[in-house]
Amino acid sequence: MAKKRTGTKVAKGSAASKSARSSKSNARAPKRYEDEESEEEPSSGGSPLQASMDDSDDDSGNGAFTDDNKGWLKIKGNKGPDGDDEEDEEEDEEMDEIERKAMEIDAEKELEAKEAQEELQRERSDKNSKFHLPTAEELALDDDRVVPPSELRDRIESIISVLSNFKFDREEGRSRSDYTTQLEADLSDYFGYLPELIALFLKMLSPREALEFLDASDKPRPLVIRTNTLKARRKDLAQALIKRGINLDPLSNWSKVGLKIYESTVPVGATPEYLAGHYMLQSAASMCPVMSLSPLPGERVLDMSAAPGGKTTYIAQLMKNQGVVVANDLKSERQKATVANLHRLGVRNVVAVCNDGSSYPKVMGNFDRVLLDAPCSGLGVISRDQSIKVQRTVRDIERTAHLQKKLLLAAVDSVNAKSKTGGIVVYSTCSVSVQENEQVVQYMLGKRDVKLVDAGLPFGQEGYTRYQERRFHPSLKMTRRFYPHVHNMDGFYVAKFKKISNRKLEDTGKEEEEEEEEKGGKGSKKKKRVEEEVEDDDDEEEGSDVEGSAGEFGSAELVIDDDDFDSAGGGA
Amino acid sequence: MRPLTIDELKKLFEKLSKYIGKNVEHLLKNPSEAHAFRLQKDRVYYVSESLIKASQSLPSETILSLGTCFGKFTKSKNFKLHITALDVISKYALYKVWVKPSSEMQFLYGNNVPKSGLGRMTDEVPQYGGVVVLSMNDVPLGFGVAAQSTGQCKELEPTGNVVLHQGDVGEYLRTEDDIY
Repeated sequence: MAKKRTGTKVAKGSAASKSARSSKSNARAPKRYEDEESEEEPSSGGSPLQASMDDSDDDSGNGAFTDDNKGWLKIKGNKGPDGDDEEDEEEDEEMDEIERKAMEIDAEKELEAKEAQEELQRERSDKNSKFHLPTAEELALDDDRVVPPSELRDRIESIISVLSNFKFDREEGRSRSDYTTQLEADLSDYFGYLPELIALFLKMLSPREALEFLDASDKPRPLVIRTNTLKARRKDLAQALIKRGINLDPLSNWSKVGLKIYESTVPVGATPEYLAGHYMLQSAASMCPVMSLSPLPGERVLDMSAAPGGKTTYIAQLMKNQGVVVANDLKSERQKATVANLHRLGVRNVVAVCNDGSSYPKVMGNFDRVLLDAPCSGLGVISRDQSIKVQRTVRDIERTAHLQKKLLLAAVDSVNAKSKTGGIVVYSTCSVSVQENEQVVQYMLGKRDVKLVDAGLPFGQEGYTRYQERRFHPSLKMTRRFYPHVHNMDGFYVAKFKKISNRKLEDTGKEEEEEEEEKGGKGSKKKKRVEEEVEDDDDEEEGSDVEGSAGEFGSAELVIDDDDFDSAGGGA
Repeated sequence: MRPLTIDELKKLFEKLSKYIGKNVEHLLKNPSEAHAFRLQKDRVYYVSESLIKASQSLPSETILSLGTCFGKFTKSKNFKLHITALDVISKYALYKVWVKPSSEMQFLYGNNVPKSGLGRMTDEVPQYGGVVVLSMNDVPLGFGVAAQSTGQCKELEPTGNVVLHQGDVGEYLRTEDDIY
């Protein structure tokens, strides 16, 4: 008997485990478990312990299962005719006890499992239970207390998940705008922005992306430096800095001069190498417009908004100190920093001036390339200046957009369309708003004979071709947008124009046809067309024309955006 | 913006030749392109011809800087050399002093170079001769005047001054305003 054997030879423990084992089969067929047990054992065979516990073997002699020992087979509770001892009986009873206990344990376990399942179901259905959007009355209760940021954050995340699966997750009777209004309010509270800025971001990005953007704008971007190739090589510089105790890496594969600083024991802006002009502190985003401009040695280049001189010095280094660079900025205080940087980095071919950008080209014209890193609202560099969150308003954005249009007109007019090597204008801002980026570019396409060309940057998102009710020219796809939460760079925008001719696309009445392109004299209908091949205009008029167009673009803008799309869509 | 007068040129060259001697000619007859000196608001700029031509149309009140600023004329009409001229001067310098890494930072703070910080020195530097100070990696750090001639410097005690400080690149941080 299995039980007998285990009772005598093997410890209780194994008996318990055995009964545990058997209790499994117990669940299936309580009466038969002895059967199955003895069945199992021959198959397991091998180990001496098993052998000792092997009943059938013993009695049948060979391990083969026979029914000769049927007498053994005991219905639970019945004592067979085998002559059970007291011992046996006791053991049996014990086993029965253990059996029973095992069965109880089993049953308990089952019950537990069942309950756990039910709870899981309940929880799941709880989760599935809709997120409750607080009503106005409930929110009014919050007026007294300070809502903890974690609660705000939870609510924000819940609303975002509801919005992404709106059909199923919405509460009855609450509209989408209820959710978005609450989201705007919560984001504004949580991150500390003006509500109109949050509304602006939510218009541009999906709620989930907007949250990522806002999160990224709270954290600083990595510190980056640019090697000054006029004085040092990147490898040597990296070695020298590592020796000083600065942990760094090459910036990435698209830049041959950038270095990313991880950590440093010494101030990066005060090393002897810095003072000797071997490198310049410059963010990765700021390198992109100059890479796009790609000036060549010997050209005439204008940097319209140069201070504090990071891009100007990069331009000079790409030109190998040959040619002429005019570095202009409106504010003389900031321009002094440019002068200092120019000297520190050993730049020789730059003249630093202090003029209003829109005074070009009257002051000086006929450049091969112009870089306009326009003054902007700075929505892409909030991580550097948190005060932008509360200082910038939509009104500010409108104002900077107006200024940018004015400056870009001046920039395009200052470029020589017939330049042998250039004719390029690069427009860049450190903002992510469409009003300051695509809209300004679109305005330009309608005002001057320029076309967009590929920005020449190996990454970045394409510019928008449509936004809300506005539609932009398809070539805006070639402009590039950078986001802090996608590229780990400052929010930035770069657009590269090529000037086709010096013609202006409006003022149809007073055009003077001094020169004409081969495509022949197209008439005033060209005003709306965004394509090239139009006649040249008199260069001398550019000065006055700049003023005229600057005043007009209010109406011209509407013309371009609404009508131009139709014709462009047809023509493009 | 105007060219320098004869007197001003004389003073300028006197100062420069203390550091670069006869190489002053090289400054004017630059092999790659002809350069000239121009004066703007008492400051002397070393500019290439093409840059001068390009800047002629710009209204001179608005020009802050042209090419490389070498220094300025003081109220008493003496010429003071600025650190911004270092790149050009160190190329043509006659007398050089190499400073040990231990004394680098001290010099960059505006102190003189003691004997203990002296790495190397060109031979036959006259006393009070103009000297360009370099780090051991040949990176120009600034300029000064030799306190003693080379021979005497060899016998100097460790605390004695070898170079009297006149200008160093640390000024880009310390006196940013003066650079313009």
